[in-house]
Amino acid sequence: MQGELAGGGLRQARSGRSLKRAMPVWVGTLALLLPTYLWLTLAIFLPLLGMLVFSFLTKAPFGNAKPAFTFDQYLAFVRQPYLIDVAWTSLRLALVTTGLCMILGLAAAMALKQAASGRARTILFMLIILPFWTNGLIRIFSWTMVLREGGFIDMVIRAFWPGAPSIGLLYSEPAIIIGLVHGYLPYMILTCFISLLAIDDDLIDAARSLGARNYVIFGKIILPLALPGLISGAVLTFVPVIGCFMEPRILGGRVGVTMGTVIEDQFTSAFNWPRGAAFSFSMLALVLVVFALFSSVLRQGGIAREDG
Amino acid sequence: MTHVARAFLLGVLLFLYAPIIVMVAMAFNASPLYAMPFEFSTRWFGALAGDAVLIDSTRNSLVIAVLTAVIATILGTAASLALERKRFMGRAILRILLLPPIAIPWIISGTAMLLFFFWTGIGRGFHAMLIGHVALAIPYVVLVVGTGLKNVRVDLEEAAQSLGSTPLHAFFAVTLPLLAPSIAAAALFAFAVSLDQFVISYFLATPGYSTLPVQIYTAIRKGFTPEINAISALLLGFSMLAILAFVCLSKAGGTLERR
Repeated sequence: MQGELAGGGLRQARSGRSLKRAMPVWVGTLALLLPTYLWLTLAIFLPLLGMLVFSFLTKAPFGNAKPAFTFDQYLAFVRQPYLIDVAWTSLRLALVTTGLCMILGLAAAMALKQAASGRARTILFMLIILPFWTNGLIRIFSWTMVLREGGFIDMVIRAFWPGAPSIGLLYSEPAIIIGLVHGYLPYMILTCFISLLAIDDDLIDAARSLGARNYVIFGKIILPLALPGLISGAVLTFVPVIGCFMEPRILGGRVGVTMGTVIEDQFTSAFNWPRGAAFSFSMLALVLVVFALFSSVLRQGGIAREDG
Repeated sequence: MTHVARAFLLGVLLFLYAPIIVMVAMAFNASPLYAMPFEFSTRWFGALAGDAVLIDSTRNSLVIAVLTAVIATILGTAASLALERKRFMGRAILRILLLPPIAIPWIISGTAMLLFFFWTGIGRGFHAMLIGHVALAIPYVVLVVGTGLKNVRVDLEEAAQSLGSTPLHAFFAVTLPLLAPSIAAAALFAFAVSLDQFVISYFLATPGYSTLPVQIYTAIRKGFTPEINAISALLLGFSMLAILAFVCLSKAGGTLERR
């Protein structure tokens, strides 16, 4: 591989020597690219294709099974209306989590820019980013310590009011949302902060000296310029959250039934793989639809990024 | 305004750290039911030492993470050399094709791998997980090394060649040392991506072969025990060390590039 790599470099150098060991440039380029894309084909593209095929089968084609073509797996959404509710739960969790992360993340990024500078700001920034480097499972598990009956929150309340009833937030939708926001907020702060850093403070001073009020400065300067960061943060949050299953299982208990947990069940306990495949593709479709709905905003963010 | 901003930041930090601190504190509490008052004990860490399943899965996690780092770094660096330095048709499409591993929810790619690997006889377990982890890590490597390549000037390599260096030697003597910090950062990133990966491992695990996150998930679903706190606290400490190493390396990279 390195030989071909050198062949390509030889050509680029356009020295006389390249004529002696002439090798088409594309051979080198291909040799550099092929391993990566073959690997991705085996690990991602072919499996997705295989899953698409599965989602139209009556049963998994293992052993002596004779599967037939069918739309039934997708029609399950019509025949079992509770699946629509489940899909709505997933979408709601994803939208609420993304929305909360956007509000809190932008506010935290603005506060970070305002409250500190230099070394102090760098340290604060590192402190905010640090939690996201620890395993998500562990962070979700941490919340069970805080939210469960007799957990940290109950302890704090009972310290002030002995004999207070338990808040008992664990195994509820708010618990899932708290855990998810905790998981993805650092991403959002990171992307927003990077966008905000690019804003020239003179611009804000100029607006203020011309009599602009705070909310005008926020709406006309900060928000449009922070949009690329907000949008990349939103995508980074929305995509994993809509597919989440570990968080609803641990923090939601019986309340936490999402598309993610339904798919997990199909593959790990119900063993109806064609059904699971159809659900997975429906979720992918849902993600694409949401992206399409927000495409104008997404594109705006993209353009702003190119300008910046 | 500044006071409000500081108070808000303090609140955010409290929100981010409080649960983690409570979780770690409970790892040192003697009561198996997390009961108060707090009584310091390291018995749960001692219990870990005798837990063969946890030790096995930790070893599996580390082996897969190291192999993922090595393979993904080699493949990704090669690909990013081509994507950054060569001009050819379809480059834009190839770049877009790097997105699916990170842009598709893991549960979709994970179940797709399970289904396809089972169907084709590739099976589950160690090699299946390795295939999956490397695929997830490659896009990050291409991104990190690609950014590094932008800062390494092409003409340095060309200058070496015009002075009589062979292209291979020019690459290894000039570009590679300059790129080394980026490659090291990319390798660490790939290592972290693999070590942190749960969803894909979960679907590709077998009863006999799983990784630490999969074991932790299984344990949590059985019920909360301080042993999970102890292993989580250890893993937390390890991640902190890893990020410190990462920060030091990227600082080294920064100074090297400026030189």
